Amino acid sequence: MNDTTLPHHISQQFDADLEEVRNNVLAMGGLVEQQLADALTALTENDVRLGESVVTNDYKVNALEVTIDEECNRILALRQPTAIDLRLIVAIIKTITDLERIGDEAEKIGHLAVQLAYQGSNDKFSALAHLGEHARKMVHEALDAFARLDVEQAIHVVKEDLKTDREYEAISRQLITFMMEDPRSISRFLNVMWAARSLERIGDHARNICEYIIYLVKGKDVRHTSLEQMEQTARNPH
Amino acid sequence: MHENNTNIPTVDVSALQGSSASTGSLDDEAIALQVKDLDFYYGSSKALKNINMVIPQKRVTAFIGPSGCGKSTLLRCFNRMNDLIDDIHIDGEILLQGQNIYDKAINVASLRRRVGMVFQKPNPFPKSVFENVAYGLRIQGMNDRRRLAEVVEKSLKDAALWDEVKDRLDDNALGLSGGQQQRLVIARAIAIEPEVLLLDEPASALDPISTLKLEELIYELKSSYTIIIVTHNMQQAARVSDYCTFLLLGELIEMANTNTLFTNPQQKQTEDYITGRYG
Repeated sequence: MNDTTLPHHISQQFDADLEEVRNNVLAMGGLVEQQLADALTALTENDVRLGESVVTNDYKVNALEVTIDEECNRILALRQPTAIDLRLIVAIIKTITDLERIGDEAEKIGHLAVQLAYQGSNDKFSALAHLGEHARKMVHEALDAFARLDVEQAIHVVKEDLKTDREYEAISRQLITFMMEDPRSISRFLNVMWAARSLERIGDHARNICEYIIYLVKGKDVRHTSLEQMEQTARNPH
Repeated sequence: MHENNTNIPTVDVSALQGSSASTGSLDDEAIALQVKDLDFYYGSSKALKNINMVIPQKRVTAFIGPSGCGKSTLLRCFNRMNDLIDDIHIDGEILLQGQNIYDKAINVASLRRRVGMVFQKPNPFPKSVFENVAYGLRIQGMNDRRRLAEVVEKSLKDAALWDEVKDRLDDNALGLSGGQQQRLVIARAIAIEPEVLLLDEPASALDPISTLKLEELIYELKSSYTIIIVTHNMQQAARVSDYCTFLLLGELIEMANTNTLFTNPQQKQTEDYITGRYG
C-alpha cells in the first residue's frame, strides 16, 4: 500500500498502541542522532567531557530498544497484526536493532574522541569530519523517511551510503600514507581509522533502516538487491 | 569440547527462494471448480455480482468478508444448496471438473455426493455414532456390515475422532461434545468420498481447543479433498487456507495466496478489512 493515510482501526486502542510504539522509535532515533552529533563534536573539538558523556549515555539507547521490543511483542501477541500493521511491527523490530548499533558506534566514537584528545590533536580530522557529517545526515534522513514513510527519500539515503563507502576508502588510504610517513603516530592514526570505520558502519545501518522502510511501504524485501532493482521495486505501484 | 557427531541441519540455499508451497501461485494449480460470470439474486436484490474465480484442487480455499458480503451464498452455489430457497435466480456457470453444475442434465443428489457440506452448527442425526457415519453409504445401497464397519472406521480415523469414540460407536451421537459432533459430521461427509468439501463456519460454535483440532483435521484432509471454508475468523483463514478470497458487497475483491493476502494485499479494501479498519 502506498497510501500512508490509512483510515483508523475500529479498535482505537490498537491505533494508540501503534502510535505509541512509532513515537518511541522516533524518540529513540532522535536520541541516537544526538549521541552521534555529540560524538562528532567531541571528536572534532577534542572535547573530553562531551566524549565521556556520549559513552555514559549509551544505556539510554539500549533501554529504549528493550522497551520498544517489549511493546512490539505485546502487540504481536495481543493484536495479531496483518498486512501494513504487521509490516510496521516487523520493520520496527529490525529498525531498532540498527538504531541500537548506531548508538554503539557513536559510543565508540565518543571513546575514541577521548583517547585522541589525550594523544594530542592536529588538523588531520577534516576528512573525518566530512564523513561524520555525511553519516549524521544519512541517519537524520533515514529517520525522516521512516516518520513520513517516504520511499523516495529512503532510496536517496541508500545512494548516499555508496558515497560514504568511497569516502571511507579514501580516508583509509590517506591514513596508511600518514602512518608510513610517521610511524610514531600509528596508534593515533589507528584511532582515527577506527572512528572512520564506525562512521562507515553507521552509513550501512542507515541504509538498512531505509530498506525496511521500502519493505514497510511496498511490501517487498529489497535487501541484497542491486540499486536498480531496488528503485524499480520501490517505484512500481505493485 | 567439540562434539563432531552432532547433527547440524544443512540448508540448500539455492532451494530457499520460491520453494515453499505457501508462495504458490494459482496459475500452477490443478483446478477443481471454475466460476464463470456468476450473478446471484435473492428476489430482485443481487447478492453476487459477476464472480469469476477458480478453486484449486486439493487445496484449502478460504472465503472471508464482512457479514452479508455473499460468501456463504457463494459457498452454497457449489453444491446447489441455494436451490432450496424460494425466489432465487442464478446466471453464469460453475464448472466441476469441466461440467456445468447448473446444467439441466445434472442430478442434484449426485452433485451433492461429489460436493459435501458441513455447517456452522454440528447437525448429527439422532442415531448412534456408527449409524451417523454409515448413513450416506446405506442410502447409496451398501448393506454389507463388514464393509460398512471398515468405511466407518476409516472415516472416523480420517476425521481424527476414532480414538475418542471407538468404544462408544453405539451411543447416541447427540451425547458427544460440540467439537466431537462437528468432527462426526465431517466423518459423515467424507464417508461417501466427495471430491469437494464445503465448510460453512465449521468452528464458530466450538471452543478454542476443538477449533485447533478441527483446523488440524482440515490440514490433514486437504491431501485428499478440495476444501472451501467460509470463516469469520480471519486468523483461522490465515492458519488453515492456502488461498484466500476477500468478498465485499457481493463482489470478489481479491483472491491470492494466503501468505500474500495477509502480508501484502494488493487492494485497499482488503487491506482495510484484514487490518481491522473496515467500517
